[in-house]
Amino acid sequence: MSAHEEIGQHVEGAPHASMKEYMIGFSLSVILTVIPFWLVLGDVIDSRGMTIFLIIVFGIMQMFVHMVYFLHLNTKSEGGWVLISLAFTVMLVVIAIAGSIWIMYHLDLNMMPTMQM
Amino acid sequence: MSTNNLTVEQVDDSPMFHMEEEPHHAPGTLLGFWIYLMSDCLIFAILFATRAVLAPNYAGAPLPIEVFDIPLILVSTFCLLFSSITYGFAVLQMQMNKLDGTLLWLGVTWLLGATFIGIELYEFSHLIHVGASPQSSASWSSFFALVGTHGLHVFFGLVWMIVLIVQAKKYGLTVANQRRLFCLSMFWHFLDLIWIGVFSMVYLTGVV
Repeated sequence: MSAHEEIGQHVEGAPHASMKEYMIGFSLSVILTVIPFWLVLGDVIDSRGMTIFLIIVFGIMQMFVHMVYFLHLNTKSEGGWVLISLAFTVMLVVIAIAGSIWIMYHLDLNMMPTMQM
Repeated sequence: MSTNNLTVEQVDDSPMFHMEEEPHHAPGTLLGFWIYLMSDCLIFAILFATRAVLAPNYAGAPLPIEVFDIPLILVSTFCLLFSSITYGFAVLQMQMNKLDGTLLWLGVTWLLGATFIGIELYEFSHLIHVGASPQSSASWSSFFALVGTHGLHVFFGLVWMIVLIVQAKKYGLTVANQRRLFCLSMFWHFLDLIWIGVFSMVYLTGVV
């Protein structure tokens, strides 16, 4: 790095953020945060399974909002490598979480009755 | 090709054209930082999986529904969400080369992040006080491992933010400083993203 770098230049490869983008992302995030908290605090739905399902759906939707509007992800950033590494990570995350729950659930079922707590 | 002579020889004083510099490649810092975030994501995935598997194993410790303060979690969630948008404002100011505006919004972001950490520490001490300590059961161990790791990330994000505020004050918004601020913005938004998973999967699902 040279000692006197020009101020006013911009980082190459950095996505250009805009006020509009941030405000859309923020508004959507507020809505997608408030709904699941309201579902829980207001006891809106009787079915426990349905409430959990909705919480997870709203959570995943908000994660998408964050990635698109705050992290500025698109199919072209860094020649597509950002998206490919994200897709690979999502695959590993799903395998790790869903796989763990699946395996441990069946392990519990197969325990001998006397070993149940 | 062998018949054509491809080398150009300078036979007279006619100008030769060549590139003044080597073709410029963007340094891969942002992509590299993104790869780091993805690997960090895997750490959290394992902690989420551990939490999901161990959540029902209370071993007599207090249940989440008895000790979680959901309105407080709503407050800390909004602290983190507001800090995401204020960091966004800092990036917008940075793009316009306004140092004062950038520093101002970074300061606001820092305060919101510090509030989040404060609420989390208060919550942890409350939980330990009522008997839901990390050593009480597998369920609470996995809770403290997951939420604590996220809190530790936010804490180091705050340390990093102080360093960058000092850097920006001292050297201005140089390209290097802009790149660093951009990396921290990715880190900060990423932590907010992880928090969505935490409040959905740990807090809200825990008290339904």
